[in-house]
Amino acid sequence: MSAIKPKHQRLVLLAIALVALIGAALLAAWALRNQASYFYVPSEIAADPPAPDRAVRLGGMVEQGSLQTEADGVTIAFFVGDGEARVPVRFQGIVPSLFKEGSGVVAEGKLAADGTFIADNLLAKHDEKYVPRELREMSEHQAQQVVAETQ
Amino acid sequence: MHGLANPARFLRLARWLTVPLLAGGLAVTAVALAWGLFVAPAEGLQGETVRILYVHVPSAWLGMGGWTAIAVASFVELVWRHPLAGIAARAVATPGALYTAVCLITGSLWGRPAWGTWWVWDGRLTSMLVLLFLYFGYLALANAAGSENSGGSRVTAIFGLVGAVNIPIIHYSVLWWNSLHQPPSISMGKSAMAPDFLVPLLVSTVGFSLIFGGVVLARMRAILADQQAEVRLRRKAFAEAASEVAD
Repeated sequence: MSAIKPKHQRLVLLAIALVALIGAALLAAWALRNQASYFYVPSEIAADPPAPDRAVRLGGMVEQGSLQTEADGVTIAFFVGDGEARVPVRFQGIVPSLFKEGSGVVAEGKLAADGTFIADNLLAKHDEKYVPRELREMSEHQAQQVVAETQ
Repeated sequence: MHGLANPARFLRLARWLTVPLLAGGLAVTAVALAWGLFVAPAEGLQGETVRILYVHVPSAWLGMGGWTAIAVASFVELVWRHPLAGIAARAVATPGALYTAVCLITGSLWGRPAWGTWWVWDGRLTSMLVLLFLYFGYLALANAAGSENSGGSRVTAIFGLVGAVNIPIIHYSVLWWNSLHQPPSISMGKSAMAPDFLVPLLVSTVGFSLIFGGVVLARMRAILADQQAEVRLRRKAFAEAASEVAD
């Protein structure tokens, strides 16, 4: 034992403790993988519909061309999709400014018996893409030309 | 590393570096913020609120980087008993906590117009708030342990090391779990962010980092000076007590 310097003993002990710590953290994160999600995606709602009186969050993309304003002028209806399933959503109220077709949304509310999601709050989700306003307003083709010119 | 174990040598270097770091950091940050606020374009969806990016993201990185530094310094303190490591860790905690708070506040200000809410309990926001509370706990513990080289300092170091578990959780929170916060725009040399935003963001990060470094050096010098003053006072008190006994 006397061959091991205290410094090296501490290093080994601490290394073992760190490995155990990281292992514990990974296990905890793995156990939380479903509970810690902020919302359900449409395919999860379709596979396992929540009880009608349970408040849940539904997140996904507002499908292109699905957004409609109803006759009363304040109720909107749209589909939220994730590429596999789609859920019809109805919402009455003021939408956040980033809410639009083709971008992400998180709806808070309940799933009605007929399969429509009745939202009482909408949150807009921003994606990781940051594009200048001028480029966003151009068509895809125009934008590519501009980028090609500047390179 | 071992050359700097000598506090006198470290102090010479730190004294020489503090002012250039702080002055350079302030200058670079001023340029970056002016660039971000007045020159960089508005974003297509977020509009003008994108400009919060140039404060929010560097603060988030440095808040997380600060705890990473605390963990590394704590490891060095525990294994090698490096005399400056514990001081460095404690010096990092206050600016680290401040950057984390700035990140949370600016994020909240951005969330209201962009998402439609000041705050949600999703994985990213919650784990970042936990980081702020960890900083508070660390500061309280370091304060209670005092400046003496005692067991208290070791407890603080262990806390700094264990708290580092939260750092990968913050990073992966938006990848492991569905969250309202967007996934990272910049990863491993790829960027989903147009250069118009990316370049001022990186300049701003350099400025924030320089300020961080300058503040840490200044605080380390202050802690060392405190310790020296305490040693001198104690020596003086001993000497007086001894002379009274002699009388």
